[in-house]
Amino acid sequence: MRVDRAQAASLAGRWGLRTIAIAYLVVILIAPLVFVFYRAFDHGFDTFWTAITSEAAVHALYLTVIITAIVVPLNAIFGVGAALILVRRRVPARPLVSALIDLPLALSPVVVGLCILLVWGPDDWLGQFASDAGIQVIFALPAMILATTFVCLPFVVREVVPVLREVGTEQEEAASTLGATGMQTFWRITLPAIRWGVIYGVVLTTARALGEYGAVAVVSSKVSGESETLTLFVKSQYDQLGDDPQVGAFGASVVLLALAVIVVVGMNLLTRKGAIRGDHGL
Amino acid sequence: MPPSSGITARLPRAGTGDRAGRVGVPLGIGVAVLYMSVIALIPFAALVNGAFDNGWDAFWTAVTNERAMTALKLTVGISLVVVAINVVMGTIIAWVLVRDRFFGRTFLNSLIDLPFALPTIVAGVTLLAIYGPDSPVGVNLAFTRAGVCVALLLVTLPFVVRSVQPVLLELDREMEEAAASLGATPRQVFRRVILPNLTPAILGGAGLAFARALGEFGSLVLIAGTLDTKVSSLYIIELIEGDHQASAAAVSVTLLVISLISLLLLSGLERFFSRHAR
Repeated sequence: MRVDRAQAASLAGRWGLRTIAIAYLVVILIAPLVFVFYRAFDHGFDTFWTAITSEAAVHALYLTVIITAIVVPLNAIFGVGAALILVRRRVPARPLVSALIDLPLALSPVVVGLCILLVWGPDDWLGQFASDAGIQVIFALPAMILATTFVCLPFVVREVVPVLREVGTEQEEAASTLGATGMQTFWRITLPAIRWGVIYGVVLTTARALGEYGAVAVVSSKVSGESETLTLFVKSQYDQLGDDPQVGAFGASVVLLALAVIVVVGMNLLTRKGAIRGDHGL
Repeated sequence: MPPSSGITARLPRAGTGDRAGRVGVPLGIGVAVLYMSVIALIPFAALVNGAFDNGWDAFWTAVTNERAMTALKLTVGISLVVVAINVVMGTIIAWVLVRDRFFGRTFLNSLIDLPFALPTIVAGVTLLAIYGPDSPVGVNLAFTRAGVCVALLLVTLPFVVRSVQPVLLELDREMEEAAASLGATPRQVFRRVILPNLTPAILGGAGLAFARALGEFGSLVLIAGTLDTKVSSLYIIELIEGDHQASAAAVSVTLLVISLISLLLLSGLERFFSRHAR
């Protein structure tokens, strides 16, 4: 009898926990996601389409893509290089260097924007050189790229470092013993071994670069159709009164949400790839 | 290149055994250091410099004046509430995702990562679509502290879940079965066997969630901003827009110090509990 009661209690507990978990996720995440779609398509698909294909919206998407296309390759190259140095070289004060690379994770995006503002302002440390050269950095595209690069700095490094540690140096040593040059060893041995880590880091960087708001908001002049990224467009549309801008805000949100879903699906696929790699027992 | 014997090949580190490597590696290190300096280190140094530009007194005034203190206290207070809810709900969700079997579990599991990939401003708009001024369910949380909490709960959802899940997967079920067969009630099994094993992971996730909540901006910019919902990140942007950059830098540095101290504290606790769990 005692066992029966224990079983009943555990069944009730199981149902209770399941209900609590699902209810929480519905309130915090699922219901809001459903309703953002509802609000975007509330006035019909045509209204939605007009809102997200307006000149300002298309330019915002274009700017977001430009920034992402510049930031992701730069940070990918830096990330792989920095990871190689951190793992394979003797680095003085390694924990400190690691912590400095992780710094953007502990900083508020607004603070990152402020950092860029303080160093690239026309009279400030690096801004002087830029204004001498006649380049407008702050409140223009270069500052938005710099802010996004800062925010996205740690992602590739953090993914590649553990993979590099796991892979070890045996194969690289074998390759160079057999006469491979440094470049050959890197392209033929090291990079294929760490590729899933690099790709995962690149996916995270892309997601963050597409979606960054705070850091970019501080350093952009926020002129519609000129210096507005898609996230800044969402904000400026939401702040305007009336139905059309609201559809613009919810519509652009749905576009960004769709990109986020693609990223999550990609992350899941990559995690599975990673598991396969692990099974081969490197 | 002459064929090298085993010993000479092992002496230089991999990839340095040729002329290109000898020039390439220091060059690579130089470029990496320069890149990191221009992108992050110099701007960060400018922030710290900016905070103390007008002397220690100006820094102290900027941080301890009534509005800055109100914002900092609110930020820390709300973040603590959010972390407490995350600790409980994150553990429950991780438990349900690992131990329970039901239709849609895999879907829920992949949904957990979404807040990491979701742009923060979209998180804010998404919440306002249902809990905003024109709420279809009649709940308006815009410009309330409850709204700030919900937004922070959304963006910090994955931290505790994702740090507890792998530990729960690895946990030896035989320990629980042994405890149960020795007469322990499910509650005792949870408190004496499962919880001690999960504590380090819960603390790790909580630390990250707290740091994120302290600095969160994008998801709050549309939901908060009134006098009693102005968290530090919103206060900082107000200072920047009012051209009080030194004060903004001072509050920023304080926020970062709070964040770093809490991360250090929690990783210390994490180590303490992982030593005492087994």
